[in-house]
Amino acid sequence: MTPFTLSEPQRHLEAQIRWQPVELAFWLATLLPFVFAPNYLVLASQIAITALFALSLDLILGYAGIVSLGHAAYFGFGSYTAGLIAKWGWGEPLTGLAAAAVAAGVLGYATSFIIARFRHLALIMITLGLGLLLAEAANSAGWLTGGADGLQGVRMWKLFGAFQFDLYGTTAYTYSLTILFLAFLLARRLINSPFGLALRGIRENAVRMPAIGAPSPAHIRKIYTIAAVMAGVAGGLLAQTTETVSLETLGFARSADVLVILILGGAGRLYGGLVGAIIYMVARDQFSGINPQYWYFWIGTLLIAVVLFLPNGVLGGLTRLMRLVRSAA
Amino acid sequence: MIASAFGVLFDGFAYGMLLFLLSVGLSVTLGMMNFVNLAHCSFAMLGGFVTVTLTNDLGWPFLASLPLAFLSAALVSIALERVLYRRLYGASDLAQCLLTIGIVFVSVAVAAYIYGTIQQPVNLPSYLRGSVAIMGQSLGVYRLFLIGVSIVITAVLVAALEFTRFGAQVRAAVDNQRMARGLGIDVDRVFAVTFALGSGLAGLGGALAIEIVGLDHAFAFTYLIYVLIVVAVGGLGSIAGSFVAASLLGISDMAGKYYFPELGAFLIYFVMVALLMWRPLGLFGRR
Repeated sequence: MTPFTLSEPQRHLEAQIRWQPVELAFWLATLLPFVFAPNYLVLASQIAITALFALSLDLILGYAGIVSLGHAAYFGFGSYTAGLIAKWGWGEPLTGLAAAAVAAGVLGYATSFIIARFRHLALIMITLGLGLLLAEAANSAGWLTGGADGLQGVRMWKLFGAFQFDLYGTTAYTYSLTILFLAFLLARRLINSPFGLALRGIRENAVRMPAIGAPSPAHIRKIYTIAAVMAGVAGGLLAQTTETVSLETLGFARSADVLVILILGGAGRLYGGLVGAIIYMVARDQFSGINPQYWYFWIGTLLIAVVLFLPNGVLGGLTRLMRLVRSAA
Repeated sequence: MIASAFGVLFDGFAYGMLLFLLSVGLSVTLGMMNFVNLAHCSFAMLGGFVTVTLTNDLGWPFLASLPLAFLSAALVSIALERVLYRRLYGASDLAQCLLTIGIVFVSVAVAAYIYGTIQQPVNLPSYLRGSVAIMGQSLGVYRLFLIGVSIVITAVLVAALEFTRFGAQVRAAVDNQRMARGLGIDVDRVFAVTFALGSGLAGLGGALAIEIVGLDHAFAFTYLIYVLIVVAVGGLGSIAGSFVAASLLGISDMAGKYYFPELGAFLIYFVMVALLMWRPLGLFGRR
């Protein structure tokens, strides 16, 4: 019997799955705020949450090619679920987060049947419409959601009965970062599986995939539900770490922001959303001290520049630079 | 209740005509170039601010400021088309969406920088204020004026599209861009002119909108959603579709606000999603 050897395409896939040193460095660097910026841990936890949200959008937009202008619907739904459970007297974080995941997943599964039927402008408009519908519903149901005042009275218990969510954000950042890392491992495994390859096939040619026997609508429903769960978890984390939920979690601005973040970092790359979230949130933190109006001017200019000069985001630009340097050397 | 039902219908129709002016240009250019221009309402906002500046600061009469609102929006749109848009023809929907959202962000910030974040007032001449009684109904003069202007513009647009050489070129380019190029039509030039006309109409719509819906720095965002709904529901490249969709949207929005105020904008979003699920290409869409 001849020993089992890998063919050329298989070896290519193997190489993509292997952990690179730069990835390890990235995840080690996420621990730096504990040492060097202990006053910014609250911001760091917000960044981790935003990164998780951007990662969930990356799964459907970057890999399956579904452009969504209403992804905040699942974020906000998870946020309100986690917030309401804590408000009603069950403040245990992990089960609350699980409930947010389930709720957002059910909503995502229900809407995925609509999403899988449409493409192009109709799809963009339907995702936008569904997001707006949910935001309006939350606004109208003031008795449940607190309306424009936001959800008040969310009280979280200690994590594992030992770690209090404090003002410095130490627990919040540890908690958010751990969840982000676990979700990232899941996404990484998913993307490198045959299912992940099928998704990229749908992105490249939605008509040809069914022709070679891949059930595109079923794949889209599956990844859309997974992305909704992940967005719901991100929303739940925000509710739990800030102990409040506002209507803004469901708003169009949040859907647009996360899109900007993902494009800025580079869609279709697992680290795109993460890098985008870091750049965006840190820049916003610096600029908004001056005047929030100017922030929009700069983010708009940045967006135009990225679309014109860096079509694959910051990470795409870096990859190109690395290749140039290597071929020159 | 019957009297007020007529009033709601009238106000809703006037509002719908406003939405039609704001969106018809986007519908035609989207149908022709498949360019997703989310910054369309920024041109409308520009027209609005031109009118505000001319009437309030320079003392121009309101009617005289309207042509300038049209012209300034058209000129700025030509400049942007040359510098930015042209580079992205044939790029993905997503890239076009993002570029134009970037323009919206910039325009909103610039408007807030120059005019602040307050609602802008406009001085209407006395003959456009108040209301007249027609057949026992009290109708706002300004709304009648708005409906009149919109119907005249619609008639001119339809006639120009149907009966002029340029209109035939536009229709050919919307139906099949490659075939039109093959027949020797300069589609890029046709598109640039159509784009400028459409943006100009949006500028005019923005100027006319101040009295009805107000004008502030966030206008480009607030009305973007309404305009997109009109375009998506009406179908790309269809003037008749935009007209019907804008009327429907205006009337249902007004009726929703009047009869079910607690639902807010829920009703129109629901109508839009339902219509799109029934006909993904819009009511009059063909492809």
